[in-house]
Amino acid sequence: MDEQSADVCSIYTIINSIKNMSTAVTTEEEVHEHHHKETFITKYIFSQDHKMIAKQYLITGLFMGIIGIAMSLLFRVQLAWPEQSFKFFEIFLGKWAPEGVMDPNVYLALVTIHGTIMVFFVLTAGLSGTFSNLLIPLQIGARDMASGLLNMIAYWLFFLSSVLMIASLFVEAGPAAAGWTIYPPLSALPQAQPGSGLGMTLWLVSMAIFVASSLLGSLNYIVTVINLRTKGMSFSRLPLTIWAFFITAIIGVVSFPVLLSAALLLIMDRSFGTSFFLSDIFIQGEVLHYQGGSPVLYEHLFWFLGHPEVYIVLLPALGITSEVIATNARKPIFGYRAMVASILAIAFLSTIVWGHHMFISGMNPFLGSVFTFTTLLIAIPSAVKAFNYITTLWKGNLQLNPAMLFSIALVSTFISGGLTGIILGDSTLDINVHDTYFVVAHFHLVMGISALYGLFAGVYHWFPKMFKRMMNKNLGYIHFWITAVGAYGVFFPMHFIGMAGLPRRYYTNTAFPYFDDIADINIVISIFAFIAGAAQIIFLYNFIHSIYYGKPTTQNPWKSTTLEWTAPIEHMHGNWDGEIPHVYRWAYDYSKPGKKDDYVPQTVPLEKGEEELQH
Amino acid sequence: MTILLIFTILILISISMWQISKMFELSQTNVNTTEIADDKDNDYQGKLMFAFLVFIYLLTLFSFYQWGDVLLPKAASDHGDLYDSLMWSTFAVIFFVQTITQALLHYFAYKYRGEKNKKAFFLADNDRLEAIWTIIPMIVLAGLILFGLYTWTDIMTVEENEDAMIVELYAQQYNWKARYAGNDGVLGDANVRFLNDFDGKNLVGIDATDPNGLDDVVVQELHLPVGREIIFKMRSQDVLHSAYMPHFRAQMNCVPGMITEFAFTPIMTTEQMRQTPEMIAKVRKINKIRTKNSEELVSKGEEPLEPYIFDYILLCNKICGASHYNMQMKIIVETEDKFKKWMSNQQTFAQFIQ
Repeated sequence: MDEQSADVCSIYTIINSIKNMSTAVTTEEEVHEHHHKETFITKYIFSQDHKMIAKQYLITGLFMGIIGIAMSLLFRVQLAWPEQSFKFFEIFLGKWAPEGVMDPNVYLALVTIHGTIMVFFVLTAGLSGTFSNLLIPLQIGARDMASGLLNMIAYWLFFLSSVLMIASLFVEAGPAAAGWTIYPPLSALPQAQPGSGLGMTLWLVSMAIFVASSLLGSLNYIVTVINLRTKGMSFSRLPLTIWAFFITAIIGVVSFPVLLSAALLLIMDRSFGTSFFLSDIFIQGEVLHYQGGSPVLYEHLFWFLGHPEVYIVLLPALGITSEVIATNARKPIFGYRAMVASILAIAFLSTIVWGHHMFISGMNPFLGSVFTFTTLLIAIPSAVKAFNYITTLWKGNLQLNPAMLFSIALVSTFISGGLTGIILGDSTLDINVHDTYFVVAHFHLVMGISALYGLFAGVYHWFPKMFKRMMNKNLGYIHFWITAVGAYGVFFPMHFIGMAGLPRRYYTNTAFPYFDDIADINIVISIFAFIAGAAQIIFLYNFIHSIYYGKPTTQNPWKSTTLEWTAPIEHMHGNWDGEIPHVYRWAYDYSKPGKKDDYVPQTVPLEKGEEELQH
Repeated sequence: MTILLIFTILILISISMWQISKMFELSQTNVNTTEIADDKDNDYQGKLMFAFLVFIYLLTLFSFYQWGDVLLPKAASDHGDLYDSLMWSTFAVIFFVQTITQALLHYFAYKYRGEKNKKAFFLADNDRLEAIWTIIPMIVLAGLILFGLYTWTDIMTVEENEDAMIVELYAQQYNWKARYAGNDGVLGDANVRFLNDFDGKNLVGIDATDPNGLDDVVVQELHLPVGREIIFKMRSQDVLHSAYMPHFRAQMNCVPGMITEFAFTPIMTTEQMRQTPEMIAKVRKINKIRTKNSEELVSKGEEPLEPYIFDYILLCNKICGASHYNMQMKIIVETEDKFKKWMSNQQTFAQFIQ
């Protein structure tokens, strides 16, 4: 046994002994056989197994996603038919929709919580949490995460923060309603809006716990990727999924703590009378004591996380896409080195572009110039990625499984949404479209829809690995096409409303007769949204039904080269029966000339005289 | 009524969606599928991918045909043309890239749809290709960055000259006020701590001990003389607001505790703007919609809507609370003479607090 696997083994033994301490299962033999009797609680609830934790993240994320999307449908009704009375508003919103008409404060609350849930709970925890947990150990050939215990704690902190966020919906004065960016003073002063009372406190506490969860998770991913790679799995042989998760975790560790500090300072301002973000305020006939703080400081702190967050959401989706496209195109991903380099470049640049959210915040215009420069630079690695995906399809033998369709659609929305970023990243052009629906259209396409497609691609592709059964492909196709048409139907026309000058977060446009001629666009958008929303029911049905009644999977259904498909279908602690597989080649030997099959798993040694062709 | 109908239908759709999915799946149990795409699937889905490309193009064309007239209204400030040409040249780049890349992506998805006995072409790398599509975006972006930065500096450099007029925009939940510097051309000191002076008549918190402030004029409707540079000094008394004047390509946040700045020169009076063919068409379209909506209101026994007349607007564009959507101020751009006449009818701060 060489040194590295000895390492792996000893860590594994440590993990097991921790587990044994906590579960009081101590028979020596059982430890060696890598599976021991488990109670319902240790297997399904306080599990330390990365595969179970991945499923927990996924299901929690999907549950939050249902809430987030349902909220968006509610406010889309209000936007299309403003201030009209609807029976179901009364049912869902109760006293916040007197006589069935949505209250303006509730509209803002819905927008705020929709954003928070989708960005953090669905696309950060649901996407990155699920697939980092599932794939990192399986694809690098490790028996589990470096610390199963921390991994479990990370999930349960995430769960706790989800519970708090949901609980805040039932607070007397309503949940946070200052927009998902919760800029003070609006978020700091309960006098400014009802949502800035207990609802905001719960939001802040929930997010603080979320940050802790995210940090524990990320540190675990980083340590695992660095230390627990199997023999032969050099960094240059890592699948792009792992590269994406690894770099995402690093960005998370760098930027999430800054959000925590912003949240803490805001809690101080709110509850202990400090003035970090507040100064010279007169509200409801009263001069407040705050002096010397600056809301702009909060904006800097928030966006120092807020912008990298976009890439925390997006990079895992791009990683999943790389893997799914290569597998289903039966071709190596084009330009592996360039793909890795662009992930690194995006990660680095993502931490120095936050100011493009603040061109007109009152910060020095010279800073605006600097941030324009760095922001537009990020288009270069993004363009490289898009071109490389397209070239990977060229002359492929495309197996158009649902996961593949979602991946191709991801590239499509990534391009459509990314291109308008050139307008918003330009400080000059931002002046007139800042905070309009143009921004809403841009970021929904480039990060919302793209990342959601990444999530779907991942679920369809790795469902057999997670649940040992296949999802129904035809339902998958129907789900995909309705979603794809719906997503463009919603967000393409939205650019027009934005260019017309309509600000976002408006409860209704009827206060401005000037915008009367865009009312019909809003109706079109809403109808597409309802159709696309309804299509997600197909997915839910397929997902839940397939867990129990799907066709049993074969070990490697997509004929993939990566390590997770060499693990047995039946889940076990330690992932592999017996020895961990060794790796002899990169992850993308698809359709290699001179080979019988159109894929060569990473575990197959190079033949004599075979060129590794690794780029 | 139609709305109610639409919703009944939509709710029924979502309930039946689950059932349809279920039936759909049950109807397939006899077919021996593996849930992995076979040649037939690849063929269908590949063709659908091509159809999707057509959908994207049609959606684009339809949107421009149907809604193209709402895009970017005619600019009414002197930097507006520069802004617009930067916008449209960026758009040209975007459209070119969008059209080509979406075509390639979806065409390849269609063209190379899988067949059982085909083998993909093993292509792992091509340094030359990659160099090309790294360098070309670099050059294009360098151009856009330079053009952008030039324009940005041009717009954001505020030079206080003799001719320029200084106007304070004052934001609060949920309205705007404007303060003119008066005859001395200097705004008096102000702070929220003075807001309660003079029984609340000190609308924007002017420091009464500062002589510069006594001749200041506070108004609720923004009047601007055409052809003169206006330097806006922006303040907020409670939360963040953003002064957004889309026709002038102008926007700046109003931040409690600090004074922010934006300057432009209006080049078209309200009257001139009303006479442009674009605006005449737009107003006609809006009034057609309003007449139709009024008929509906009248039939319900409510008041009809007022016919719409164009005016420049100042909107709040930073979420600021319940009535954020209705925080607006009318802007009237007029000739220097009319402006002076209007100004002479306004009360100064000293007169107002008497």
